[in-house]
Amino acid sequence: MEQKNISTKQYIKEYLKKCVTGPWSLLCGLSVSLRYFFNPKRIVTEQYPENRKTLKMHERFRGRLSMVEDADGNNRCTACGMCERSCPNGSINVQATKNIAGKKVLGRYVYHFASCTQCGLCVEACPFGAIEMAPEFEVATTDIKSLEMILNKKEGQG
Amino acid sequence: MSMTQLPPGFKIIRDENSEAYSDEFFVNMGPQHPSTHGALRLAIRMDGETIVELVPHHGYIHRGMEKQAESMSYLQYFPMSDRQDYLTAIQNNLGVALAYEKGMNVGVPLRQEYIRVMLQELGRIASHLVFFGCFGGDLGGQTCLLFGFKEREMVHDILEEVTGSRLTMNYFRPGGSRFDVPDTFIPRVKAFLDHMESTMKDYERFLSKNVIVRERSIGIGVLSKEDAIAYACSGPVARASGVNFDVRRNNPYSIYSQLEFDVPLAYNGDCYDRYNVRIAEIHESMRILRQCIDKFPAEGPWRSKEKPVKLAPGRYYSEIETAKGLYATYVVAAAGDKPYRIHTRGPSFPHIGVLNKMCQGLTVSDLVTIMATLDPVIPEIDR
Ligand code: SF4
Ligand code: SF4
Repeated sequence: MEQKNISTKQYIKEYLKKCVTGPWSLLCGLSVSLRYFFNPKRIVTEQYPENRKTLKMHERFRGRLSMVEDADGNNRCTACGMCERSCPNGSINVQATKNIAGKKVLGRYVYHFASCTQCGLCVEACPFGAIEMAPEFEVATTDIKSLEMILNKKEGQG
Repeated sequence: MSMTQLPPGFKIIRDENSEAYSDEFFVNMGPQHPSTHGALRLAIRMDGETIVELVPHHGYIHRGMEKQAESMSYLQYFPMSDRQDYLTAIQNNLGVALAYEKGMNVGVPLRQEYIRVMLQELGRIASHLVFFGCFGGDLGGQTCLLFGFKEREMVHDILEEVTGSRLTMNYFRPGGSRFDVPDTFIPRVKAFLDHMESTMKDYERFLSKNVIVRERSIGIGVLSKEDAIAYACSGPVARASGVNFDVRRNNPYSIYSQLEFDVPLAYNGDCYDRYNVRIAEIHESMRILRQCIDKFPAEGPWRSKEKPVKLAPGRYYSEIETAKGLYATYVVAAAGDKPYRIHTRGPSFPHIGVLNKMCQGLTVSDLVTIMATLDPVIPEIDR
């Protein structure tokens, strides 16, 4: 830009030099693109959703919150409410109830997926390992009501 | 038009009868402009094609994080720090964790220190790769964008395996982290570094020598050393202007004092220098990672025994070097399990402040280059 103090001869010299080096640098860049183009090993694009079946998330992936349940659908939650208190945005609502013996057990575990940020603080806070983050990543829905869910299938065992 | 009719923020007063004055007009760049990297509006006062003055308007995505933190427990602030500068989330996490550790009076075992440094450097590489992609993309080379994101994907894959999330990691805790690193971590980092070594050559051939990039960035947006210091610039932006300051070396945290690395410097302060400093920093990060791989303790505890949740009343300050610059956290702790006040000093805000000074007398297309090389992240400015 600021090349005011050079002679015309120098200017022409610079100009001609740039005429050669400029396109050459562009060709160098293009060669990188072309090498990627002709080398199938370098292709990193994945054919989603065709490859859905082979996709596997990492073990620690934080997806939707879910309850840890055994084969019979029993959960380990004691309705202590630690997860509810640790949630930064109030996405969990633990509704306790009393069983026949008069003991406090989990009634409904209401989870508002729409406001959850999937931070995992609730899982960290649960002293009984009753909840986990499921490796689910296709969670889009057209029905907003389906984002408010009750996680437990059965009442808590206390 | 009299001076009182100038929109707020504009300061330069011109003679109303001059010819230049009658050519003036105002342009809004943003809030949806792709090269402002977020919801930022730049009100530009133009004289023909030349920028006379510029006023940045931010606050479009202000979420009041610092105020929200006052009604949250200490741990609940970690997910918030992820959402400030989302490109360096893992580094923001560490900044908050370090401040808390001072108040909780816990240390971390050696293995955790290495985990911290390695994840920091991986995060730095990822952030600089986004810069590389966006810089090329903003100058019109969309191929570049994909080049940068291709390698960044690999970093994020590693980070996802370790932390469980790609962008909002929420990983570090006072006294350690949420998990230990899996066994596959070191081999994967090694494989990534080997791959990166060859890719960096491609990058340099692709963009550094490109005549269009050089013409559009050399001598454009010069930030003098004095201005860089006066406006509190930090990170690669300040280092490209010759300010020899890096928190990792000048005020070392974690185990950076035991590692060998250079702080890349440049002295012209133009856009090309800022680009070069970042590319050199990727090389330095890879060097640090290689050292860490060699020294990584295979066994040993990865977090401290105690798991404190409260800070002793007092004031605690930590500063770290993120990919963007100096990130500082200031915590005022009162009795109880909530912070009285948390203040964050982010690196991007001062960089937007100096924008007006850098772009005066240039054109809007130069402004795009300058914005790209300042590499601001708007959610971190607005918080
Ligand atoms: S993951 Fe975080 S936001 Fe979601 S329910 Fe758990 S604590 Fe709340
Ligand atoms: S999920 Fe865990 S923390 Fe939450 S109420 Fe049940 S037992 Fe308590």
